[in-house]
Amino acid sequence: MTTAHPSLSPDEIERLKAPARRERIYRIFSYFSPLLLLLLWEVAAQVALIDRRFFPPPSAIAGTAWQMIASLELFDHIGATLRRVWVGYAMGAIPGVLLGLILGLSAPARRVLGPIFAALYPVPKIAILPLILLIFGVGDASKFVVIAIGVFFLMFYNTLGGVMQIPQIYLDVARNAGATKFQTFRRVALPSALPSIFTGLKLAAGSSFIIIAAAEFLGARSGVGFFIWASWQTFAVSRMFVGIVVISAMGYLTILALEALERHLVPWAKH
Amino acid sequence: MNVAVPQEGRTSGSAEAASVIEVRNLVKAFYDASGDRITLAATDVNFTVRRGEFVCIVGPSGCGKTTVLRILAGLEQLLSGEVRIDSMTQPAMVFQEASVFPWLTVSQNVAFPLSLKGVSAQKQRERVAELLALTGLTEFADAHPHQLSGGMKQRVSVARALVDDRDILLMDEPFGALDEQTRLTLQQELLRIWERTGKTVVFITHSVDEALTLADRVLVMSPRPGTMVADLSVPFERPRDVVEMRRDKRFWDLTYEVWRLLAAAPEH
Repeated sequence: MTTAHPSLSPDEIERLKAPARRERIYRIFSYFSPLLLLLLWEVAAQVALIDRRFFPPPSAIAGTAWQMIASLELFDHIGATLRRVWVGYAMGAIPGVLLGLILGLSAPARRVLGPIFAALYPVPKIAILPLILLIFGVGDASKFVVIAIGVFFLMFYNTLGGVMQIPQIYLDVARNAGATKFQTFRRVALPSALPSIFTGLKLAAGSSFIIIAAAEFLGARSGVGFFIWASWQTFAVSRMFVGIVVISAMGYLTILALEALERHLVPWAKH
Repeated sequence: MNVAVPQEGRTSGSAEAASVIEVRNLVKAFYDASGDRITLAATDVNFTVRRGEFVCIVGPSGCGKTTVLRILAGLEQLLSGEVRIDSMTQPAMVFQEASVFPWLTVSQNVAFPLSLKGVSAQKQRERVAELLALTGLTEFADAHPHQLSGGMKQRVSVARALVDDRDILLMDEPFGALDEQTRLTLQQELLRIWERTGKTVVFITHSVDEALTLADRVLVMSPRPGTMVADLSVPFERPRDVVEMRRDKRFWDLTYEVWRLLAAAPEH
């Protein structure tokens, strides 16, 4: 690759481009570096450096995964988990964003209602799972609720933080332009808080999969969490690993999708 | 106090003489509850602005000139006194810092006041196109603010303030953060736009030079708590050339006059 430039010698151009080329090489390596870990694991398991009962080699896990994909067994569990996460996520995120906007814009609401949320937030979501199971039963409703609670607080606090950071000048512009309270809310506060809202959405996606895994351990007959738990009970370690990889991948892909959406909706923020 | 400077150029007819803004004995103070401290921002401020007039208020930083403007814009409440604005519409404000919304494109930013009032999309497009042409932004219509220079962003602010055609334009050091060349260009353009639209303009600046370049009248404020210490007529004919007027001896005489007033104003 050579680019000619009238006033620079080839050597100068070479030196000019060297850092960018190094950067490209690092980036290519960065895609493959996690595979290095898998390779190490495979070798260590094959030569019995680690106990194969606890850490079956990745090739064995991949074999198990392939059988499960072929038998379509895994997809029902993935579907069940995804449905619970999505419904619970929406149930928590929508009121979280709305209340975050309201409390962020209204000092009286913040003073009066803020302490209620501050008091409830530290309650561990997993700790109240038995209570939620008692109230909502062992069906999907209890999963929706426990995820919604976890997501709600993350969205509420991130949105609130975003609104509190809106430059006063944006609110002045809206007021001077004759915006109503609702227009200020919808046209200025919401877009202005959007970068923080997306931070919340990504954090909440991560914790949704943590919560659902735990919730499915305890009270479910389907889902990836149940699958991991059931595999543990039969000491099918390869299957357990498949479940762990699958639920991690679900979380990872959800966050990637949210990041793509963020780039589309928040093009002005730095990524 | 009115320092006598012969009035040339635009002479006020009887219709123009009607004051559109009248400020009487305005007092504004702020209370800091945590320190239990009262700060007097402006005391006994009196001035009037005639329809179609371009008035600059100069004063040292912290003298309360921005506060006076924010009261006129309806963004702040006065403590006592009286402000009368003879207009069907609220004055439009151009702010000091970057106030364009980063999540909207240039044309969406300019259209913002119209979109709040439910103006049809077709009407909005037409009006925005006019304003973009007027402010030299046509080719940046679809750009986002982060792609624009500081000067371009302030053009967007000016276009936005003009878009819904209100009678009065309030400008709070809109070019203060710009480099000198950009500022001169924008001053010239503002004059051109003002001459074409005939708005009443109240323009805040700490730059004596800028005030004399733009204004029909310059009001000089004292340091905090601010009050008006002088009301000077600026004699240059319209349309003005912001570069050529610097060859005029009267420009430097007036500059000296204003500086003398600013220096003589008592420290409170």
